[in-house]
Amino acid sequence: MIALENVTKRYGSSTVVDDVSIAFGAEGVTALIGPNGAGKSTLFGLVGRLLKPDAGRVSVDGQDVATAPSAALATTLAVLRQDNSVAARLTVHDLVEFGRFPHSRGRLTVADREHIERAIDYLDLQDYRNRFLDELSGGQRQRAFIAMVLAQDTKYVLLDEPLNNLDLRHMTEIMRLIRRMADELGKRIVIVLHDINVAATYADRIVAMRDGGVVADAPAREIMRPEVLGAVYDTPVDVREIDGKPVALYYG
Amino acid sequence: MTALDRPLTSTLPRLRPRRSWVGVLVGVLLVVLAVTSLFVGVSDVTPASVLRGDAESDAAFLLVASRIPRTLAVLLVGASLGIAGLIMQMLVRNKFVEPGTTGVSEFATLGMLVTIVFFPGMAVVGKMGVAAAFGLFGTWVFLRVVRFVPVRQLVLVPLVGIMLGGVVGAVTTFFAYRLDLLQSLGQWSQGSFATIVQGRYEFLWIAGAMVVVAWIAADRFSVIGLGEEFATNLGLDYRKVVAAGMVIIAVITAAVLVTAGMIPFLGLVVPNVVSLIIGDNVRRAIPWVAGIGAVLVLACDIVARVVRMPYEIPLSVIVGIVGAALFLWLLLRRGSRAH
Repeated sequence: MIALENVTKRYGSSTVVDDVSIAFGAEGVTALIGPNGAGKSTLFGLVGRLLKPDAGRVSVDGQDVATAPSAALATTLAVLRQDNSVAARLTVHDLVEFGRFPHSRGRLTVADREHIERAIDYLDLQDYRNRFLDELSGGQRQRAFIAMVLAQDTKYVLLDEPLNNLDLRHMTEIMRLIRRMADELGKRIVIVLHDINVAATYADRIVAMRDGGVVADAPAREIMRPEVLGAVYDTPVDVREIDGKPVALYYG
Repeated sequence: MTALDRPLTSTLPRLRPRRSWVGVLVGVLLVVLAVTSLFVGVSDVTPASVLRGDAESDAAFLLVASRIPRTLAVLLVGASLGIAGLIMQMLVRNKFVEPGTTGVSEFATLGMLVTIVFFPGMAVVGKMGVAAAFGLFGTWVFLRVVRFVPVRQLVLVPLVGIMLGGVVGAVTTFFAYRLDLLQSLGQWSQGSFATIVQGRYEFLWIAGAMVVVAWIAADRFSVIGLGEEFATNLGLDYRKVVAAGMVIIAVITAAVLVTAGMIPFLGLVVPNVVSLIIGDNVRRAIPWVAGIGAVLVLACDIVARVVRMPYEIPLSVIVGIVGAALFLWLLLRRGSRAH
């Protein structure tokens, strides 16, 4: 369980995460939604020990993130941040191999190599394994990063807007993969999404943030209501049922 | 790679062509040039004269006292400067940095000046220590300053470094001028192996040891090259690895400075060439960077010795010309890639 207890993070005078208490990890896929600046990425930064909270406590399976050894946390929690501008010329295989670093510390065992192969297979990257990252399309690169996180073999996986800049096909491809990772491999995935329809389709639970606080937290279907979404995004959102699925309409 | 090598959107398995022939070429060149370096010079030293044990030419003595030390020094400098550049590029996540474009060399030179002024009788190892400490401080200053420059500003980062180096260099020159030490300063800033003899190059083994350390910690530097967020996610202590890298850079810079002097462009060009051939995985890149760096300096040193026989021209001039040309080529072909 990833547990946040009364966590607050301030930058100067602005409070980005305001006294948040929440737990993740009971459901397979949890979507984190909310307008820009709601504090979603900061929340990930706090869980991923990239930022220190000004108040409160973050723990992963009972280990306090602030005090637990970073190397030990890296075997239970993987965080893929939004900005993956890797300047280094690495091949897909190199990148996935680095995912094993928390386990191998650079000396790969047979088991490590199996994990690498499995991750590459799982994300269907066999054909690209020797390509450099800067030679891949956006969708392929995103898959390579997810393969790295998969090779890290952690129970919890946090993905910050993994659908950024992806077209429809690659978007659904990635989301289906994430769903499979949760269902087949038992991963507990928390994912920041902007498209609420994607969130409703693939997530078990949706957490909505606004102004640094959690404003709604419920199974996907219960969040998909005009009054809830309207309040989260501060804009009128209509929800219709199509083929038994709720679909949010926010254009026009 | 030409445009034709760029992958198309084919789904066929396209294994990267193995670059082993380049590796063989580098290895052969290394041996050939090293042997050549042993037998190039004003005095006639040939394999035959060494074997004959000619008392008249003292060929064997010359070989042991001068030629072998010189060749070893060149090899160590070439290899270690390339590695210093590679590690720096990983720490800064910028392909255009090396000790010479970040003010580190200038800080180390200032350290040398300080030892000359305040501790003139200091042993060379002490001077190297002070130079390394100044170099370390210089690396720290640069990393502090560069934090305010966005990572994506590819060219701004080395520009900031060059300006920093310019300021420190100006301070050094000013004091050297006032204290009548410009000549010594000129000696360090112009790299040359002309004065290398037995007993005057051994500090370079420390630089060589740093290469080994870098190789042992190679994966950590690769992970650092992915950025602080990746490194933290993978459970790596970012600060610790950066600190280790800073020490490696400073010690190599100082060791080269006290023995051979400043040699420009090498740390910049060699890792970039290697990056094009096999990529930036540090574990794989280190032998390549060390090998190609050594070959490049060996070749330049031989040219510096034969171009104006029986006189020598400073090595830094030759490396400067070759390095600048290579650098321009890298810049222009890089610019041709659609980023």
